[in-house]
Amino acid sequence: MELIINGDKVEVPNKITTVSSLLQHFGINQKVVIVELNQSILEKGSHQETTISDRDKIEIVNFVGGG
Amino acid sequence: MSERYSRQELFSPIGKDGQSKISRKHVLVIGAGALGTGSAEALVRAGVGKLTIVDRDYVEWSNLQRQQLYVEEDAKQRMPKTVAAEKRLRMINSEVDIQASVLDVSVEEIEQLIDEVDLIMDATDNFDIRMIINDISQKYQIPWIYGACVGSYGISHTILPGETPCLHCLLETVPMGGVTCDTAGIISPAVQMVVAYQTTEAMKLLVEDYHALRKKLVSFDLWKNHHTAIGVDKLKKEDCSSCGQSPTYPFLSFENRTKTAVLCGRDTVQIRPPERMNRDLEKLATILSEQGGRVSLNPYLLSFQIEKHRLVLFKDGRVLIHGTKDIAKAKTLYHRYLG
Repeated sequence: MELIINGDKVEVPNKITTVSSLLQHFGINQKVVIVELNQSILEKGSHQETTISDRDKIEIVNFVGGG
Repeated sequence: MSERYSRQELFSPIGKDGQSKISRKHVLVIGAGALGTGSAEALVRAGVGKLTIVDRDYVEWSNLQRQQLYVEEDAKQRMPKTVAAEKRLRMINSEVDIQASVLDVSVEEIEQLIDEVDLIMDATDNFDIRMIINDISQKYQIPWIYGACVGSYGISHTILPGETPCLHCLLETVPMGGVTCDTAGIISPAVQMVVAYQTTEAMKLLVEDYHALRKKLVSFDLWKNHHTAIGVDKLKKEDCSSCGQSPTYPFLSFENRTKTAVLCGRDTVQIRPPERMNRDLEKLATILSEQGGRVSLNPYLLSFQIEKHRLVLFKDGRVLIHGTKDIAKAKTLYHRYLG
């Protein structure tokens, strides 16, 4: 499946079906992130049930602490 | 008329009126590291009326690559950051009222600093203090501008009490751990980009041009050529305990704060996070062993020796910092290596 993540085309395995599993795939499921799917922002509690499909446009913003 | 601000006054969204507003405003910059020195210099050059800057740390050689107000002599003498910053800022613009303090900021300190402040600039390096700033901002209805960076990545969000979601709405919980500039590195353009976002939003607020505010959470990665701006208004929560209908400002209460204690006669400071954690000691061992220190691990704790300090990390989150009785120094080491 091909996704557009933060503007880049990214190939991910087809077994990834939800936002949660996508974050897990990238190893960032423990991080505090905000996810936008096709220009609609997702509540954090909905990552598990929100499904993703081919060509979806996803923005992932990671909260970092440094400064 | 003063020549000094002529180019800024020619910029029509500011103009003479805007300049006059800027000159009557007071900005509090919390932190005098990379973001703090960048923001402070920009705001002092722009002619803000008063600038207060606070920090608990001193200048080290590893700061000079990106912390723009400091010079080699400051690192040689281990000058407190705000002392060195104040000196340089006064040389840049003697018209600005600059108040600098060497201070380990927590709730009581901010409550004292906040009087007649128009805007708070976040230039801190951890989320404990940011959640306190967030609650203070809501309690006193003062806007603040979150900014952070690591590696070539940066992020910023402007928080207007009563309008935008606050940091508590966006984060829900306080992030623990995570990479820091001292574990993952940082390049100065990432700092400068965050400073550019933060100080531009600051100027809009200072001249009261509220329509021009970005209204989006912005993040970027300069090395990977990414840029993202997303609207987060939908994440504002009516029942948020920091900015909702009946706020309790949880991060201003004692229970939710990271606690520190000097252990008697042991040259050691204990730092205890507000909630019990389950630290992944093995993962931390890998990260910390890349820092040049000596790491040893057993099933209960991890010991990390770096220069003359030893950090001992327990699974439940507690950390002992050996080799200092100074709480500010201990906190600096804690946030440097553990985020």
